[in-house]
Amino acid sequence: MSDFLDILTNPSFWVAVLRIATPLIVGTLGVLLCERAGVLNLGIEGIMVAGAFTGWLAVYVGAPLWGGVLVAALTGAVLGLLHAFLTVVLALSQHVSGLGITLLATALSYYGYRVSFPKVSTPPTITPFQEMGWLGLPILSQQTPLTLLALVAVPVVAYMLYRTPVGLAVRMVGENPQAAEGQGVSVVAVRTSAIVLGSALMGVAGSFLTLSAFNAFFFNMVNGRGWICVALVVFASWRPGKALLGALLFAFFDALQLRLQQSGTTVLPYQMYLMLPYVLSILALVLVARRASYPQALMKPYRKGER
Amino acid sequence: MRLEKRQHSSALAMVLAPIGAVAFTLLVSTLLVLWAGAPVGQTYALLAQGAYGSVFALSETLTRAIPLMLTGLAATVAFKAKLFNIGAEGQLYVGAMAAVAVGGMHGGAGWDLPPALSFVLMLLAAALAGALLLLGPALMKARLGVDEVVTTLLLNFIVLLLVSLMLDGPMKDPTAMGWPQSVALRGELELSKLIPQTRLHTGLLGAVALAVALWALMKYTVLGFDIRALGANPRAAAFAGVPVTRTVVMVALLSGGLAGLAGAIEVAGRTSYLTLDMSPGYGYSGIVIAMLAALHPLAVVVASVFVAGMLVGADSMSRAVGVPTFIADVIVAASLISVLVATLLTQYRVRWR
Repeated sequence: MSDFLDILTNPSFWVAVLRIATPLIVGTLGVLLCERAGVLNLGIEGIMVAGAFTGWLAVYVGAPLWGGVLVAALTGAVLGLLHAFLTVVLALSQHVSGLGITLLATALSYYGYRVSFPKVSTPPTITPFQEMGWLGLPILSQQTPLTLLALVAVPVVAYMLYRTPVGLAVRMVGENPQAAEGQGVSVVAVRTSAIVLGSALMGVAGSFLTLSAFNAFFFNMVNGRGWICVALVVFASWRPGKALLGALLFAFFDALQLRLQQSGTTVLPYQMYLMLPYVLSILALVLVARRASYPQALMKPYRKGER
Repeated sequence: MRLEKRQHSSALAMVLAPIGAVAFTLLVSTLLVLWAGAPVGQTYALLAQGAYGSVFALSETLTRAIPLMLTGLAATVAFKAKLFNIGAEGQLYVGAMAAVAVGGMHGGAGWDLPPALSFVLMLLAAALAGALLLLGPALMKARLGVDEVVTTLLLNFIVLLLVSLMLDGPMKDPTAMGWPQSVALRGELELSKLIPQTRLHTGLLGAVALAVALWALMKYTVLGFDIRALGANPRAAAFAGVPVTRTVVMVALLSGGLAGLAGAIEVAGRTSYLTLDMSPGYGYSGIVIAMLAALHPLAVVVASVFVAGMLVGADSMSRAVGVPTFIADVIVAASLISVLVATLLTQYRVRWR
């Protein structure tokens, strides 16, 4: 028990929580934007891989770090455009298109990495983002600027979604595309923009891994983080603030199991702690199911003039 | 531009769509081969040779196709009923775990049963484990409206952690020198080889038989009709008297059971024990295969041989000309996307306005 307290009172634990949460926060916001507009984006897992790879590659060949982040965002946007073409313009199945994009983006990234670095035994590295010591705040000053960006993105997305005409249009096409069309809102244009923007965020979430958390690109480095974001959005009932909370909660358990594993005095096998966030997510889904305020048109393809 | 439903199927579109899909896929992969600086013609020749060019190559491809066939069928039956089971990966692993529990742990020491009975019990346990794993999300969807995409996806992670836990503890092979693998199946429970000196095992016959059985079930039985009705329009199906919850439960049992069997047959036919990396995403590939096959059980057999061929062929091609093996996944993904678009264009026409 005292182990527990030792861990929780150590500031470095909370530094780790925020660091683990960062890609989840950004990725979850990306999924949230897509789903608010009525489109599931299972492409996130692959888009994060592609963002991690292209962002890192850009920096490796000489771009500044923020240039790398921009490249990752553009990569995400292009893949988002493909997803939008398939699911919005052609109204194909959102599940299948998303999985196809994950497969395509992951395979292309790994292929690109192998072609660019055919025979390397140790992965080539870059100089990643540094901690923001100048900030002078506890915990936060031991994070990189990308974490700050993630935290700022939450209120920005929330403001956009709830307080601007653009956000209203996004929510409208996600709830009732027929009515939105009747109001003169172009469902195709709004959904496409939301998917492109959301996917750009997913690309940035991936780039955090290679430009901040680590300094190199590895295979399997995204390792299911994208899928976690899909679950977190439901957990957060499609609200940006709750998405932040969900990401932090998930990161809390992840960091906790790492520490307990290190301390080596755990009663339970470490896998049990790792399972906890997933089990909690499923429980939360069941609990919120009754009053889930999910976007009414989510996963429903919309073809103009077709019921 | 907008899409307009075709009143009549156009013969031209029916011919052009598949040609276009193949052309697009070839274009993407050719660009990648050129990027790697390899000779294009030779690369494709080696890819085809490595996949289908010799008895050995074909046996490797078919061996790889067996689990893909089963997870492809699992996705087919679920997607037909619009139950979006993304959890075949987890169901495959619980199936493999159940198979080892019955055929390796107790089958090895505790129970003194005749091998034939043990074998049937092992397969039943695997199918049941996979089925039960999907039953939870299916019931939560039918009763509470919880989205099954997310729950089945999350269960994949839980199951993988469970496997890791079992390999550290109860199922650990004490003679494996710390290597994370389970105890092996009893020797007599392993599937026999179809062709001597290859890895191809009799699981292939089982998988093809299941594909035919699923096809017949979908086409000729009341349950098959209910499944198709539910997938086409759940509200109309309920109105027409289709027992919705019962059908969803049956679909979950079938889909999860097939994925669970994939795990057991992999263990009994190929690996003989459970490891954490026994499936390189067969569960996810199954969805791709089901879509390539347009959710037709018999076409799943063909699609899985195609996908397996790309994976196996890329391995041997890569050793010869140095094009990374990941090109196989690119080819599969590009063909999935182009087939989806091509199918759509046979049903809809594009109106430019």
